[in-house]
Amino acid sequence: MNAVEIRGLSHRYGSGPTALTVLHDLDLTIPSGEVVLLTGPSGSGKTTLLTLIGALRAVQTGSCRVLGTELANADERTRVALRRRIGFIFQHHNLLGFLTARENVAMALELDPDLDEAERLARAEAMLRAVGLADKVDAYPAVLSGGQRQRVAIARALVHEPGLILADEPTAALDSKTGHETMVLLQRLAKERGRTVFIVTHDPRIHDIADRIVAMEDGRLVEPAPH
Amino acid sequence: MNELAPLARASPAPATPAPAPALPPPRGPGLRLPFRLAWRQLRHEPARLAAALSGVVFATLLIFMQIGFMNALFDSAVLVQNSLRADLFLMHRTTEALWRSTSFPRARLAQALALPEVERVVPLYVANVPWKNPETGLNRTLLLFGVDPTAKLLGFHGLDEAAWQAITRPDTILFDERGKPEFGPIRSLLAQGPFFGELNRKRVEVVGTFGLGATFSSESNAIASEATFWRIAAGRNPSQVDVGAIVLKPGADVVAAKRALQALLPDDVMVFTRPELAQFERDYWANVAPIGFIFGLGVAIGLVVGCVIVYQILFSDISRHLGEYATLKAMGYTNGYLARVVMSAALILAVLGFMPGLVLSLGLYEIATAQIFIPLHMTIPRAAFVFALIFVMCVVSGLIAIRKLRDADPADMFR
Repeated sequence: MNAVEIRGLSHRYGSGPTALTVLHDLDLTIPSGEVVLLTGPSGSGKTTLLTLIGALRAVQTGSCRVLGTELANADERTRVALRRRIGFIFQHHNLLGFLTARENVAMALELDPDLDEAERLARAEAMLRAVGLADKVDAYPAVLSGGQRQRVAIARALVHEPGLILADEPTAALDSKTGHETMVLLQRLAKERGRTVFIVTHDPRIHDIADRIVAMEDGRLVEPAPH
Repeated sequence: MNELAPLARASPAPATPAPAPALPPPRGPGLRLPFRLAWRQLRHEPARLAAALSGVVFATLLIFMQIGFMNALFDSAVLVQNSLRADLFLMHRTTEALWRSTSFPRARLAQALALPEVERVVPLYVANVPWKNPETGLNRTLLLFGVDPTAKLLGFHGLDEAAWQAITRPDTILFDERGKPEFGPIRSLLAQGPFFGELNRKRVEVVGTFGLGATFSSESNAIASEATFWRIAAGRNPSQVDVGAIVLKPGADVVAAKRALQALLPDDVMVFTRPELAQFERDYWANVAPIGFIFGLGVAIGLVVGCVIVYQILFSDISRHLGEYATLKAMGYTNGYLARVVMSAALILAVLGFMPGLVLSLGLYEIATAQIFIPLHMTIPRAAFVFALIFVMCVVSGLIAIRKLRDADPADMFR
């Protein structure tokens, strides 16, 4: 089973003569359980690809099948439903400043009407323990270090057991040591749980966590040899 | 769908088989969780919450005071009507307000007596006449009531048996001690002994006081017997009355009697019940004097100011947390959910701001009543009405602020 199957995917911004094509007829498959890194220079279309896989942008041309859901011609409702089955990790942690670490993580569970509050908080706490923040569950993001915040964000991205985790430059706001540690943690947790991870990054120091590295240039994929 | 060849690469333990393609529609959690999120966001920054609440408190206070003063003025305008001790009233068809009434033939009252339910009829005469301030010698117009002292038609404050008895003597009047001070220190003059004044250039003795106060139509008032009235209000014809008060027999049906009178009497008179008489006078002032407009403007300004403050707070909360809102959208939160968060914040502000606003208004009402003699009354319907206004104000602010949520595009979170 593949977490992501992309065939003939193209994307462009604008229309008419000024239209800018950023993705050219892409094919990409990410099997379930793999950790895949996407590298490439700025403007190569990596982020656009990530937002298309994350159902944050409408697919224009081609097929993009994520966790079994075809995103070509998908309506907003379908995309929202799919997003609930994806874990997102951003360049900046984007935690809610007015919520504690545990409440932030529990936010990923509040969309599941089958869970009650006690269950949400218990799962959030267990996830924070897994990322090594057992003693920070009641801390607000403002008092956490950059690395701790990103670990809370990882816990939030994993806690609802998503089929796919998407990360965009997750180490950009961290120093190299913390960045590497954080990504090793993400990779370990994903592997333990059999999660699929797709990371867009410039950071060559985290290449070692990948099962596969995909490079992108001018809107086209170059698939280098496995790391 | 494309047929896909899965890459034959080692993929360690794909423990999570991807769920079936058939997606359950995103079920919206109720109102509790968005409400809780809104409350957590508001309480996290107490200073901002206080600023927002102060805006709501201010609007609440302003609206309560405007409505209070407006109703106090309307109440004062119908003070006379509400003090009349009778069941039905006749006025000339062209009369618009008591102080400028057109008189009608006294014979109508005699005709009304034909109705079996009618116990007695009392004519009331009114005239605007100048009173000469006994200290300064300056003339000011007051409203003079002429009525049979034995009829006890007027129920003004302080009108006791002795007062009515006193004006049965000719050329005596009762003076309104709550009138404007420009009419002279009536009370202290009266305390010094018998006291004569000049009403419409006729010499009269002030033999007592009552309490009515300045209204829209008069700055002060006086009461005389019918005979004295006719002497002072020269040119007034005793056979022409301004208001005909009709007292019905105990147990009589007021509405039925009114209809019977309307059928019985010629078209030159109108028949009112007492509430209708008060409403008639109130309507006149509402139309003639732009009171409703002025105070309505005050209320509107309060609402607009409150709206702007609440909107500012909600809008800046969204703007400053646009990244977080976009994150929530990326996580699968719908626009509707986030809109409920914003609306919850608006409602929390409405309730939390209204409470202290109500308490402060009660205090100001007390002060106004005690210190400046404008009786302001807090009633449950009024409090409910103002809360409804504040509620709508916060909802409108929330609805405007929600538009900002559209700017929270989760796709922007990846750059």
